[in-house]
Formats: sequence, C-alpha cells, structure tokens
Amino acid sequence: MAAQLKPGQGPLDYGNRLWLKVLFAAIFFALYMPIITLVAFSFNTDKRGIVWRGFTLENYTKAWNNVSLQEALINSLVIALLATILATIIGTLVALLLWRFRFPMKGAYEGFMALPIVIPEICMGVALLMFFVNTGMMNAVVNLPWPLNLSNIVIAHVSFCFPFVAVVVRSRLVGFNRQLEEASKDLGASEWQTFWSIIVPYMKPGLIAGALLAFTLSLDDFVITFFTSGPETVTFPVKVYSLVRRGVSPEINAASTVLIVITVIATVIAMKLQAPEKSGKG
Amino acid sequence: MESWKENRNVFWTFAAPGTFWLLAFFIIPLGFLFFMSFGEKAVIDGQVSITEIDISGTLSNYLRAFDPVFLKIIWKSIWVSALATALCLATAYPIAFGICFAPPKWKPLLLLLVILPFWINLLIRTYALIAVFRKQGYVNSVLGWVGLGPFDMLNNDFAVITGLVYVYMPFMVLPLYATIERLDRSFLEASLDLGASQFQTFMKVTVPLTMPGIISGIILVFIPCLGSFLTPDLLGGTDSQMIGNVIERQFKSANDWPFGAALSFLLMYATFGALALRWLFSRNSKGVDV
Repeated sequence: MAAQLKPGQGPLDYGNRLWLKVLFAAIFFALYMPIITLVAFSFNTDKRGIVWRGFTLENYTKAWNNVSLQEALINSLVIALLATILATIIGTLVALLLWRFRFPMKGAYEGFMALPIVIPEICMGVALLMFFVNTGMMNAVVNLPWPLNLSNIVIAHVSFCFPFVAVVVRSRLVGFNRQLEEASKDLGASEWQTFWSIIVPYMKPGLIAGALLAFTLSLDDFVITFFTSGPETVTFPVKVYSLVRRGVSPEINAASTVLIVITVIATVIAMKLQAPEKSGKG
Repeated sequence: MESWKENRNVFWTFAAPGTFWLLAFFIIPLGFLFFMSFGEKAVIDGQVSITEIDISGTLSNYLRAFDPVFLKIIWKSIWVSALATALCLATAYPIAFGICFAPPKWKPLLLLLVILPFWINLLIRTYALIAVFRKQGYVNSVLGWVGLGPFDMLNNDFAVITGLVYVYMPFMVLPLYATIERLDRSFLEASLDLGASQFQTFMKVTVPLTMPGIISGIILVFIPCLGSFLTPDLLGGTDSQMIGNVIERQFKSANDWPFGAALSFLLMYATFGALALRWLFSRNSKGVDV
C-alpha cells in the first residue's frame, strides 16, 4: 500500500480546490437563503414582504395576539411534552430490552420496532385515523375537557417517536461496560438498585438526546397530526398550514421563526450531548 | 447478553410497554387499514351509504388504482421522485465529498450545517420556498433587475421537484459522507499514480467504492419522496398531484376510505420493495454497510 499523504498536500487535497469551494458555497447558499430570508422578513415592516422597509417586532406581537395561533402553539407544546415523556419511557425500555436480552424472534421484533420509522408518514396517519374512528376514540375524545381532547394526537405521536428514542438510547448503551453492572450486583445491590444507580446515570445523555429528538419530532409533525386531529384540536403546524394555503404573510414568518428557534435549540443541545459518546467510540 | 429465561420479571417489564404500544397503536391500525382496503361502501336499502363500509373482500380498490387516471398519477409520482432523487445525489455527492476532504476542525461544523435544515419543520421550509419562488418572490425580483421574467415558478412540476430536493437533500448527504469517510484513500493515490486522470479515478475508483452509500442515499430519499404529500400539495399545481395527495383526498374530501386504504398499501409495498433492495445491496457490498 502506498504511503498515506498527509491531508493538506498533494493530488488528494480536494478540500482546497476552488471549484469545490464555489460549489459548496452555492449549495449552502441555496440551502439557507430561503430560511434566512424567512427569518429576516419576520422583522420587516413591509406588509407584502418583498422589499426591506425597516425593522419591527410588530409581526411578533400580531402573531402573539392571534388567539387561534396562540392556542395552537400551546396545544403543540402540551402534546410534545406529554408525547416526549411517554415516548422516552417506552423507548428506553425497548432499548434496554434489545440491549440486555436474547429472546426468540429477536430479529423480527427489531424489524417491527423499526416499522414506524420507515413506513410513509401518510400511511401511518390514515391508519391511525381509521383506527380512532372505528374504535370510537375519535368521537369519545372530542367532547373531553381541554388537555384530554388532545389524547389521540398524543397517542399518535408516541407511536412514531418511541422507536426513535429506542434507537438513540440503544446506541448509547452499546458503549456500556457490563462489568460495572456485575460489580454492582456482586457488591450486593439488587436489580433495582443497579438499574437506578449504575445504568440510568450511564444512559442519561442518551435519554436526554432521545427525549429532545422526540420533542422536536412531535412539535414538527404535520402529516400524522393533520389526519388524527379533530376540527377543535389544532396544533401549530396544522394552523400554519391553513395560513400558508391562504398566502404569504409576515405573521407566518414570525410564527415560523419562533418554531425554528425552539427546534434548533433542542437539536443543538441533543447533538452536543451525543457528540462525546461518538468520539469515545471511534 | 442474557437469555430472557434467566430473568423473566425484568424481561417482561422491559418488553411489555413497547410491545403493547406498537401492537395497539401501530400494528392494529395498519390491520384496520388492510381490511379496509378490501372493503366497499355498504349498500343500505338500495342506497350507497356514505359512512358504512362493508368489508367484502373485493379487489376492486386495488384494480381501480390501475385505472388510467390513477396510473398516470402513480407514474408521475415515480418519475418526479426519481428525478428529485437524482438531483439530490448530484448535489449531495460534492457536499459529502467536500466535507470528507475538508480540514478536520471544519468537519463537525459543516456536517451540522447540512443536517440543521433537516431539523427545521418541513412545512416551514416549504413555506420559505414559496416566498422565494412566487411571482413577487426573490428569484423573480432578481430576474426582473436583469430584465427577465416574471416567471411562474410555483404550482408546477418544477416547484415540486425543487421542493423535494430542498427538503430531502440532507438524507442523501449522511450515508454518502459515511462511506466516503471510510474510503481507503490509498486506492485513489494508486489510481492517480498509475496515470489515471482525476475524472477517471472518480468514475472507476471512488464511485464504485462508495456505491453502498449511493444506494442507501437513493433509497433514503426516494421513499419519502414517493410518499410525500405536503410538498406537491403546497408547491404543485392541479396536474402535479402525487399518490400522497390522492390518498389524502380519499380520506378528507372524497370520503372513499377503501380506495385510500388500497393506495396506502400499494405505497407501503413499494416502500418495502425499496427497503428489500437496500438490504440486498448492503448484503453484497463486501462488508461496508451504511
């Protein structure tokens, strides 16, 4: 085998080629320009949002005072919070199961657990819609008082979130040194004590990353919510959808910016938490 | 790893909640959908009922999908998704390649920059594109300065394909990055040393060696494109409908659930077909899996 050239020299040094840099810049420009203009124009005084006319926060106050938008945002946050709690618990247990035990048909079980991740969202949405209607859950839930009338949406969100949590937590567990568990048991700790004082602290970064993933997935979901929500239970993306259908307005820009900020913060935290684990493995 | 028999209580504590949830709120709903796809609207007192559905075991819903009207939409969904996937590959390959060959301290940041848009709400990204491409949008304004346009860039296939590429490109970058990063660079050096040009090296060495990543990326992008509903709904016109829109209509406005269910299952079979292909390729890929 040829001796490795150090990066930074020679014919393989593609990173310094001008054409690649230009292409890179062009693609990143295309990727970010729409989002950046969307955010920028949420501060624009111009109603039609084409020309920059001056800085204002008026769009934000208008969006904030829009009662239906506010309700939708609160619904979304409540749903995301409840779905996150449930999905994190269920997903973690699935991760622990797959990590710790051998059992018959394990391959098939894993395959089924991955199904909600791979099947088209729209199929899952209509399947849940039909399930809720045919079991009467759709009608039963509509008349319940406020947070309870969101339960169908929460159930649907947990269904597509928990397999993702399971994947994240399991990848964290892979690096666990099982001797710690054995040592704990040898020293007289019970199954339960070992779980709480050894395994849970070790899983913690994975748990938080998984929970944040579930939170953003739930907060962002449009397609499945679109099918499983009743007319009274509108979430933020569903509300934004109905506004977008009517055309472009700076108010939507403001509302979207708020959602972008929430998800970007959650994502960056989740990635930070996962980063050290990755480098530790390599 | 221990056998489940060694610690049954712990096993069932771990297994029960997830299994219950998956069965009750995923597998059973899919079962409902499956049976519904073999149903038809019930006829009560000689009248076709709007709400009642008879699970009669008919195949008519599946056959209806092959009616020329729907066949055209299915065909359109396939070529639009294929074209969008190809464009994703064409833009994602240089990105992934560039990141792999970038200075190490830049790599995490560049990767984050590629993945970040993927975390931003699909709806919001689509909306951002509307603002860019509409008649009074930025692209038309820029074209206006040089005396061109305005062009109708929304509500057509162009908008749908652009939207799909914009939305799903990160899916393509990640598997490509993973394989290019693991590529043994001495092969490239050997090829260049032996007199191949950069282009020849790329086509004959780099591309074949990163094929598993290419195939993974193609499938990861093609599947969501095929099932997309929001992008053609917001960016497409009346004739740029895809399967997702037809399914949505059966459940929301047309109220023909059995037909919608049959279309959903056809879409799922197509998805499983694509995943099976990916599995086949990854099995034959000499141990480099993505």
